Amino acid sequence: MAMFEWLRFLIGALLLVLGLGIFAVEMIGVYRFHYVLNRMHAAAMGDTLGIGFSLVGLIVMNGANLTSLKLFLVVCFLWFSSPTSSHLIARLEVTTDPEREKHYREVPLETLEEELQEGQEA
Amino acid sequence: MSRKRSEEEYQKTRSFRFRQWLGGEKDPFLDTVEMKAPNAHEDDPESVQCVQQIAPEASGETAAHTDGKKTKRKGILKQGGSGALGMGGLDMDGKRTASAPLSYEEEKKARLAAWVYNSDRNRDIRAFRGIYRACAAVFCVFLLIMLLTAVSWLPTEGEEDRPVNNEVSARYIESGLQETGAVNIVTGMILDYRAFDTLGESHVLFAATMTVLILLRLDRDEDKKKQHANDRIYEPKNDVILQTVAKILVPLIFIFGIYVILCGHLGPGGGFSGGAVIGAGLILYVNAFGFAKTERFFTAKTYMVTSFTALACYSLSKCYSFYTGANEIESVIPLGTPGAILSSGLIFVLNICVGIVVAGTMYTFYAMFRKGGY
Repeated sequence: MAMFEWLRFLIGALLLVLGLGIFAVEMIGVYRFHYVLNRMHAAAMGDTLGIGFSLVGLIVMNGANLTSLKLFLVVCFLWFSSPTSSHLIARLEVTTDPEREKHYREVPLETLEEELQEGQEA
Repeated sequence: MSRKRSEEEYQKTRSFRFRQWLGGEKDPFLDTVEMKAPNAHEDDPESVQCVQQIAPEASGETAAHTDGKKTKRKGILKQGGSGALGMGGLDMDGKRTASAPLSYEEEKKARLAAWVYNSDRNRDIRAFRGIYRACAAVFCVFLLIMLLTAVSWLPTEGEEDRPVNNEVSARYIESGLQETGAVNIVTGMILDYRAFDTLGESHVLFAATMTVLILLRLDRDEDKKKQHANDRIYEPKNDVILQTVAKILVPLIFIFGIYVILCGHLGPGGGFSGGAVIGAGLILYVNAFGFAKTERFFTAKTYMVTSFTALACYSLSKCYSFYTGANEIESVIPLGTPGAILSSGLIFVLNICVGIVVAGTMYTFYAMFRKGGY
């Protein structure tokens, strides 16, 4: 039984550390990028995967009880709300950016692969 | 003695590369896929090369304007961006790198601004900046000393005769459950022992809403029409993703808010927090479906009626309990068994009143600031 407890603790700790690592990557991304959409791409990672891993780690450590259920509901809520709000911010940015040529360009999906290949060669 | 390194030497060091990487100037994936307006200061040949690589087809004009008085004449070759990159902007010396040639007037204006705000020449600005920094430092030191002094005067932790440690809090803890019937001592305190204070807070909220209504509400019809047409020009209208999510989440948010309000005397929560949750749900609903949908069940009139009723109910019930308390009459309202949903006498009712007022206030603030009426 003690073996099982240890295993549970280890799995929980591993998930927590994984979540924290994703948060660290998110933080670096948010400071490294400068444009809204790029930063949002980095920030979304922590809001979904990072928080998911962290809270699942906590659930595993906590065991099956009411608190775990609440944590699970928190994860569900965040997975609903965070991508939606990111989507809305992105749409607003795309529609209102006065200097869109400066920040990004619209590329049709067909030509994108060719351009990427050219970029890698150059 | 330390010696200042030359620029080439510095560029070879690891710290320079790390800073470059952190600043997003070079992307490991595609040279400069990071969409950033390049800094006009960096006129090293490397960055120019990068720019040329990414936008070989760009036909920007090489532009280098010098001021000609103190600055060296230095032509900066930069390709303007029809591609992912673009530039423009002025540096402090008044040099300008532009993607498209500006008109004479604009250029004059930009140059004048650069001239005025150039700290190298303008002595006033330099003096102002110096004074600003000195004042900031003095203020910080003053604040630091004041706060540290205040902290040093605090009574030591865990001492017997701390001012907090008097008979009032002991009374709250010892006989709070008996006298108020609320398991949550905090709720028992704010809605029973100190209910007068909470009543004042609710009225302050109501008064704040009235002020916002007076200031922001549009009375004339043409203003209203204009504002209605202006509403959500840029915001995504009828976004399918948002509407789907709102359909799922809004009922859950409402239920959670009602749960928080109703269980305020049994655990953490209460009228203020639950009302805020419900108000947030209402705002989410408006954002997803627009004002036309919410006005079917929540208008300014609804708000007036509900919050007036809630405040009047609060005041009257508190009047009753003050009257009975002052005259030492036994109150007819039963306290119930502690822990049950219907317990703790008036606290349950007061929580609901506060929740209604707070939810309506939050939504009204939002509607006023967004549209000026609803």
